[in-house]
Amino acid sequence: MSIDTIVFFILAATSIISAILVITRRSPIISVVYLVFNFIILAIIYLTLHAQFIAVIQVIVYAGAIMVLFLFVVMLLNLGKEEMLTEKITYKKRIAIGLAVVMSVQIIIGITTSFGEHPNQLSPLATQIGTVEHIGKVLFTQYLLPFEIASILLLAAIIGAVVLAKKRIG
Amino acid sequence: MIPLNYYLALSAILFSIGVVGVLARRNAIIVFMSIELMLNSVNLTLVAFSAYLGNATGQMFVFFVLTVAAAEAAVGLAIIIALFRNKMTVNIDEINIMKW
Repeated sequence: MSIDTIVFFILAATSIISAILVITRRSPIISVVYLVFNFIILAIIYLTLHAQFIAVIQVIVYAGAIMVLFLFVVMLLNLGKEEMLTEKITYKKRIAIGLAVVMSVQIIIGITTSFGEHPNQLSPLATQIGTVEHIGKVLFTQYLLPFEIASILLLAAIIGAVVLAKKRIG
Repeated sequence: MIPLNYYLALSAILFSIGVVGVLARRNAIIVFMSIELMLNSVNLTLVAFSAYLGNATGQMFVFFVLTVAAAEAAVGLAIIIALFRNKMTVNIDEINIMKW
């Protein structure tokens, strides 16, 4: 086994364990911290795929901005005592877990069999396409219109968040 | 080298963990975090395909998914705050005003 494969398996195991911890912890704050950890592990996986720009914005935007927003809201809301947050395991949840396991097995069987041959190694272009230079070049030429539309989406989200969170007067 | 299938399988597992979180948890904030988990697993698929096929389009998609996730987080958390202000709870079993 090469060093690449070992690193990949360590990263994959860490990300899966932290993802499971996110959905099993009682307190939302602990969940948020594990989710940040999961995002950072994913950023390292992106780095092993030579996607530097995506790895950096994953850390800055996801682990930085979005998760701070989550933490802010969790701390803003008074959710009551920790014992109150305990959830019972009902039959519905067992069915949900069973369905999700079936779904993941289905997806894995689907991707390993039905597509035919998948490429088994990184493209020789992989080291070039992940750089800020190349991403910027593609983003501001071929994907200029979606980029501008994304800015309108963000503007709509800002206004929507302010309107929704505002206290109603009168 | 690591085959592409490994990345796809990891992404499928992470997605399924996110699905369990959405279906089984009753705390709206954790449901929301599970949605972020699912968005991220799809990002992993896109980046893996982009690197293995030598095409930058996948990474562009990740960029736009990040934008949508940021917008979704801002609006969704505002909705959670508004709900908490009215109902004093974030348990989604107790929030059923849209149920017919």
